[in-house]
Amino acid sequence: MTAQEVRLCGLLLQEHFGNVVEKVGTHLIRSGVLTLRALAHETKLPLDLVKKSLCVLVQHGMCTFGAGRRGPAGPVEYRINCERVFHMLRYPRYIYTAKSLYGDTGELIVEEILQRGQMTMSSTVKTVADRLTHNMPEGQSMDYSEVVSAFSQLVETHFLQRCPLASAGSSSSGAVDTPLPVATQPTEPESHPDCYKLPYINLTGQGKRRRSSEDGEADQCAAKKARTDDSECGDDRIYWQVNFQRFHLHFRDQAIISAVSCKLDQIFRALLSSYNIARPILDQYLSLLVDDPMEFVGKTGDSGGGMYVVNLHRALANLARATLESVVQERFGSRSARIFRLLLRKRHLEQKQVEDFAMIPAKEAKDMLYKLLSENLVQLQEIPKTPDYAPSRTFYLYTVNQLPTARLLLQHSYKTVGNLMERRLYETKENKRLLEKSQRIEAILASLQATGAEAAQLTEVEEMITVPERQQLESLRHHINKLDSSENQVDETIFLLKSYINSTQASR
Amino acid sequence: MAGSRGRGRSQFSFSVDALGFGRGDSLPSSAHTPSPLFPPMQFRPVPLHTGEEVDYMLALKQELRASSKNLPFHIKAARTKTDVAHYSDKYQNGETKNNCIEWSPDWSRMPKELCIKVRKPRKTGAKPQLTRKPKVAAGKEEVLQKLETLEKREEEQHSEEEEDEEKKKQNEEEPDADEDYDEEDLEDETDYIMSYFDNGEDFGADSDDNMDEAVY
Repeated sequence: MTAQEVRLCGLLLQEHFGNVVEKVGTHLIRSGVLTLRALAHETKLPLDLVKKSLCVLVQHGMCTFGAGRRGPAGPVEYRINCERVFHMLRYPRYIYTAKSLYGDTGELIVEEILQRGQMTMSSTVKTVADRLTHNMPEGQSMDYSEVVSAFSQLVETHFLQRCPLASAGSSSSGAVDTPLPVATQPTEPESHPDCYKLPYINLTGQGKRRRSSEDGEADQCAAKKARTDDSECGDDRIYWQVNFQRFHLHFRDQAIISAVSCKLDQIFRALLSSYNIARPILDQYLSLLVDDPMEFVGKTGDSGGGMYVVNLHRALANLARATLESVVQERFGSRSARIFRLLLRKRHLEQKQVEDFAMIPAKEAKDMLYKLLSENLVQLQEIPKTPDYAPSRTFYLYTVNQLPTARLLLQHSYKTVGNLMERRLYETKENKRLLEKSQRIEAILASLQATGAEAAQLTEVEEMITVPERQQLESLRHHINKLDSSENQVDETIFLLKSYINSTQASR
Repeated sequence: MAGSRGRGRSQFSFSVDALGFGRGDSLPSSAHTPSPLFPPMQFRPVPLHTGEEVDYMLALKQELRASSKNLPFHIKAARTKTDVAHYSDKYQNGETKNNCIEWSPDWSRMPKELCIKVRKPRKTGAKPQLTRKPKVAAGKEEVLQKLETLEKREEEQHSEEEEDEEKKKQNEEEPDADEDYDEEDLEDETDYIMSYFDNGEDFGADSDDNMDEAVY
């Protein structure tokens, strides 16, 4: 785990779960694997707080536990899954994708499961139905069957999966019921044969509209009812979680399709949606794609009129390369970008050759090359002519390696997101007083409007915020929106680079 | 490498001019300070993406952040007790405690050592509280009645405590004392103990018979 990754994990945990979980999580990431006692001792937090934090982390799938180094008889050891913490950055994208594929119902289902970590099907259906009913006009309510059908669709397309079997952990003194898996290899959810099988539940009814007056009692009753109902519905102990890999496949496909359709004309994108394309036009487009230097599509044979394959690895590499080039262009200018592209294609070049091929005057080329070198985007390779590396008899070649450069940019991206989050926290803290004041005034306004106050009273309350304060609030909101938006956008870059790195490593 | 070279002099495979300093010159001075925190940018950054999709995801992100603060997964450390007991402590018993967990995980999927044992308050302590709540609005006439019932209950509790051998009685003495104290205060929702208050009903009643003396 690099320093930037640990820092980003800490910030994400703090944003969602508070300072206590952040302390526990960060320490566990840095230490690797720890037992409960060791963790409590080293973080100097009370044991109960550490237990609560670990519960939260296990519930969300960010922490795995298993038999430790001393075997099943020893204390349980915990480790954090950093990748899963990074996925928290991408929650809005997952929810938006679910909305675009399966509508509002799908969106709410995915949102509930993401916020709670894992849920049973029946509790998800009830919660989502209640939430949808709340937004509907009076008198209408959402039937459970609609929610169940949306849930089934999500499971069938593998966007949701069953949580992997967790064998009961043994207490430090008690006997072990079932043998614990070794801590290094958590059971993969896909190894479970019923991973995508829907349980049979008898759940009929409609969403309930919650009246605001009975909030407290309704919550308690609902909690009690939920516990008894779960076992009645027949899907006790079957928990569902979001299948992140499947979402990532979907994003990857989207990225490739959008890249291709940007390159070819607009009609192509429209044609893709309808599958009956006239044969000769299809042939033309396919040959265009095959001949394209980006090599997204390859032709593997002529059987059946031509066999075509989408070259995913090549496509990802090209997308990553485009990202790297655009980064260089935006930070150093288009001429530096030209040098960078040149080096990517031609692999190794001497300084003189760089000047010639890029058609840039020597002095400027030298300047740009050295700047790229100092940023580590370009490497220098020495090729000696003689065994003693005498400078006069050594070739100095400039080169760019795509994979290490992608890794470097990924670390930069993590650092960027960390910086954005810290800046947002700082801005919020600086203006805390003003934000609290505006929240209180909004609450007062809302209560006044609910009880039917006159317009004069409302304006009087509104005037409690002076005009310069209003301006300050407005600019604060604008800044925070910008910072949040930037985080989302940097996360897209992170996703692209990570997919490229993973696919390259997998194919090696 | 072909090409014109200085005869017998130092020969490099690249042109010496490319280095930026000549032979015999001192090397360019190196920087002694760390690079600035916010270095000036040569090029303006590209504006952010805009559009409906981007706005929706922004709204989603902010909503998720706000709602995650209210979920039971957001853990706050309990405030440590200060030495001074505040008056408001009595009314703020909804504070988070370290030793209870606000949601119920499925313990079959978690290691048992993470389960926190919560000490439940004694059930007998709960009963008198339920019967006392409807009496909050009682007037002054029922104070004596209440005092009698309280005495009886204290006797009952004492006898039960003697029967019980557990240590919990020490914990219950505080809430019992608090309940008595609550009782007196909640009657008329004032800070003053009702029995000390004389509301002056008896003032004018005595002097109606003797009209000789003037009333000042």
